[in-house]
Amino acid sequence: MAGDPRDEIVEHLPAMRAFALSLTRNSALADDMVQDSLVKAWTKIHTFEPGTNMRAWLFTILRNTYYSNRRKAGREVSDADGLMTEGLSEKPAHDGRLQLSDFRRAFAELNDEQREALVLVGASGFSYEEAADMCGVAVGTIKSRTNRARARLAQLMHLTEDEALEMTDSATMAVVAGNRSSAAG
Amino acid sequence: MAETRDNTKQAQVIDDNLKRVYQDMLNEEVPDRFTNLLAQLREQEQQEHGQGYAEAQNRDETS
Repeated sequence: MAGDPRDEIVEHLPAMRAFALSLTRNSALADDMVQDSLVKAWTKIHTFEPGTNMRAWLFTILRNTYYSNRRKAGREVSDADGLMTEGLSEKPAHDGRLQLSDFRRAFAELNDEQREALVLVGASGFSYEEAADMCGVAVGTIKSRTNRARARLAQLMHLTEDEALEMTDSATMAVVAGNRSSAAG
Repeated sequence: MAETRDNTKQAQVIDDNLKRVYQDMLNEEVPDRFTNLLAQLREQEQQEHGQGYAEAQNRDETS
């Protein structure tokens, strides 16, 4: 007899926070979202099928929470930290490299569905099929969302193949994670 | 059509960076707030139902 599957939830906390942060790009919102989702997961554990992917189940709850909040807010909450208006503190580009500010704007331009698909498939390691299940859409929809997300990023940043190779880790880090520190600080 | 050679390379660069970012976030320490919440939920349930999960499981399996 297996124990309480909820014992496993704690192992997924880092991933839940990472996913929530990817969706909201705001640490306060992300943590509130994780908190709400934990309560939901706890009380709805009977909807979890033992033996299936618990992380996928938790992520599904997270994204449902996010979209439900977004509907209530009546608008996209993704720029709540002022991503678009945040001061440009980075050094100007001097060698043709992507500017951090450009990348930030590009990332903010992705719609929630595209960003979500890209993070699930491109970063979190879910298969297209798993991501489709989690988002309640067809596999082809997830594929097209991730492709469009990548293409849109490339387009917005005028990212040619050569430039793509020069893209620095630090630029991307700051785009997705940077906002959090400014919110926490 | 959506996947030209350029797109593939760009996709790889974008994904590689996203993965590093994601890993960085995964490595972060989880605030006590969440582990405390889980402990609280369990405690609350045990007080209310006595048995917690086992009881809830039996109840749900009848449907």
